[in-house]
Amino acid sequence: MKLDQVLEVLEAQICTDAPLNDIEILAACGSDLMSDALAFGENKGLLLTGLNNPQCIRTAEMMDIHCVVLVRGKEPDDALVTLANEKEIVVMRTDFSMYTSCGRLYEAGLSGGDIS
Amino acid sequence: MSQVLTQKYVVGADDFAAAGAASAAVKKTLKQLNFPVDFIRRASIAMYEGEINMVIHGGGGVASVEIYEDCVKIILTDKGPGIPDIEQAMQEGYSTATDSIRELGFGAGMGLPNIKKQSDDFEITSEVDKGTTLIITINSNS
Ligand SMILES: Nc1ncnc2c1ncn2[C@@H]1O[C@H](COP(=O)(O)OP(=O)(O)OP(=O)(O)O)[C@@H](O)[C@H]1O
Ligand SMILES: [Mg+2]
Repeated sequence: MKLDQVLEVLEAQICTDAPLNDIEILAACGSDLMSDALAFGENKGLLLTGLNNPQCIRTAEMMDIHCVVLVRGKEPDDALVTLANEKEIVVMRTDFSMYTSCGRLYEAGLSGGDIS
Repeated sequence: MSQVLTQKYVVGADDFAAAGAASAAVKKTLKQLNFPVDFIRRASIAMYEGEINMVIHGGGGVASVEIYEDCVKIILTDKGPGIPDIEQAMQEGYSTATDSIRELGFGAGMGLPNIKKQSDDFEITSEVDKGTTLIITINSNS
């Protein structure tokens, strides 16, 4: 799934400067606890989280994740957006809950991939 | 196994937003040295988990990173409270993190087991009231 489709499915807004690239997202993971994502998120291109601080960007950076979606209607904090712009990681926000966001993406064909 | 580079970082515990900066710098260096992507990811994840632990549990510390042609050795040392029972701390899901740490996005009890999983050799030593040292080795050809 391309990022513009993620944006559409989640009725999301983009919070970062970089244009949406053409990268194909093959799987996603969702967690508010970063070590969960770090342990089970191998080879995922997308992280959904309710964690509104720069550590979700650090986590994405370490895992080579291209896009972070902030769920539950949060406005990303400035330090988070600054770091994401620096690392060229796309940040989106959606009003949907974690459950609904994951459900919509899954329904649209984006899987959770394997748990390593 | 000739040594290419050594880097040293002081990891402070007072600025949570800055936590992970040392791991990010090491990731950048490993990329510049053209190591394989998978190796860089394993090293980055392992170091980041260790760095975060130093910040949230260890009161800050020092990261020293030795980069060789075919491996990286990451040594994380803090003078924090130490770990009374290492075997217990290594269990998936074991965490002493408080609610305020969980609100920062950590405390699943997955960090130490994941460091072990990502690494080829992992040594952890700790003494109560003295501190904790992690020695993480990751080979680029494994
Ligand atoms: N540097 C350290 N100094 C003191 N105690 C530590 C240190 N690192 C880990 N611990 C102890 O070991 C426990 C397990 O660590 P681990 O990294 O696996 O989980 P966590 O940090 O609690 O949560 P997570 O890593 O999933 O965010 C911690 O809760 C803490 O009690
Ligand atoms: Mg931890």
